Amino acid sequence: MTDTLLVATRKGLFTLRRKAGTFRIADPEFRGVPVSMALCDPRDGATYAALDHGHFGVKLHRRTGRTWREIPAPVYPQLPKGPGGKVTVEKEGGGRPWPRTLRLVWSLEIDPRTKGGLWCGTIPGGLFHSGDGGSSWQFNEGLWSQPARKKWFGGGFDTPGIHSVIVDPRNADTVTVAISCGGVWRTTDGGKRWENVSHGMRATYVPDAQAGDVDVQDPHRLAMCAQVPRRIWCQHHNGIFVRKDDGAPWREVTAKAKSRFGFACAAHPEDPDTAWFVPAEKDECRVPVDGRVVVLRTTDGGRSFDVLTKGLPPKNAFDLVYRHGLDVTGDGRLLAMGSTSGRLWIGEGGGERWREVDACLPPIYALRWVAS
Amino acid sequence: MPRVSFPQVLQRHVVCPPVDVDGTTVRQALDAAFAVYPSVRGYLFDDSGALRQHVTVFVDGQVVRDRRTLAQRVAVDARIDVLQALSGG
Repeated sequence: MTDTLLVATRKGLFTLRRKAGTFRIADPEFRGVPVSMALCDPRDGATYAALDHGHFGVKLHRRTGRTWREIPAPVYPQLPKGPGGKVTVEKEGGGRPWPRTLRLVWSLEIDPRTKGGLWCGTIPGGLFHSGDGGSSWQFNEGLWSQPARKKWFGGGFDTPGIHSVIVDPRNADTVTVAISCGGVWRTTDGGKRWENVSHGMRATYVPDAQAGDVDVQDPHRLAMCAQVPRRIWCQHHNGIFVRKDDGAPWREVTAKAKSRFGFACAAHPEDPDTAWFVPAEKDECRVPVDGRVVVLRTTDGGRSFDVLTKGLPPKNAFDLVYRHGLDVTGDGRLLAMGSTSGRLWIGEGGGERWREVDACLPPIYALRWVAS
Repeated sequence: MPRVSFPQVLQRHVVCPPVDVDGTTVRQALDAAFAVYPSVRGYLFDDSGALRQHVTVFVDGQVVRDRRTLAQRVAVDARIDVLQALSGG
């Protein structure tokens, strides 16, 4: 049974624990500091927290036992400086400055190939790898050097970012990452060579002729079925997509729903046909449809959605669930969902029944169940 | 020797009390201070080696205008204060 949930928020890292059947939340660590991402590595029990100090940059901390220690943050390699030592700055696909400066740790995942192996996706678009539990980081040149990178552009942030990193459990050399905005990319050799695997996606925010351009897609979040890893779900900027088989194109899910716009998605770890999404009204109005918080669940591979509402606010809600604000336990039974309004819910029975755990947390950035 | 002081708000994350260092320019003095407190550098300078946007350096109470080179000369008894710039209300 999974009893612990990491809750990364705008004002600290909270931990939710279940004792005697009741979830209780503890005082936060890094109180008052934005925590963009957290991860617990079940191999050694280490917990990682990515802090966004704003004025003072992005920092990583690792806890072993009860002690947190700062560890190095990834550092971007620089272009040769210009005359007078002036820093050379590229421009992203939209023509805006693209400084090689770490802005946010947006994804942190385990690389099972080595003890302490970690992948770290960041804003402004760089992927980093550590083979020693974050004591050092190597910049992934293979992805960064793709000519198509020139077309990537910022979505909600000023510059592109990697928010999803999926390691294939069949072969950990196969890693899929998703970039807002730059599409879905895959390596099958541990990160040396990459290809854009966004075929089948469409973008409604570019001229029609470019709608199918794989390099301008804005996948908001990827989620893979752990037991059937060829199945990957994607909440995209303008819809929901599913990839049913290795190498297959993405297929848009057009099942009836009041909205298919959103950020978060979660995949059932065992059943490839089951996934969850949290819709918002639309791009230009990021609030629940009709003020009602709902979760969409498909159990038939995207042919239809169940609208899960039991225990969720029925009206007057303004909660938005960010892309890392939804997670499911390894048995697929328990979900956790956290919103920008600081509300945290636990969904039992695969989301059939939701319970509000805390209604006055800071805005929630990321949730992670801790594997037991 | 020039004395370098770091923002009070930083002390929570990394202990770095004022330190007397060698150096005849702001950059030399800061580099010497970072030799004492290596982890402080990343809080004040970004990946490109530039002073972070919301960090300001004062020498004897005057703002250092050349933020890029930090080549301003400092006296032997200078006070170099690194502060968080007031921003965001």
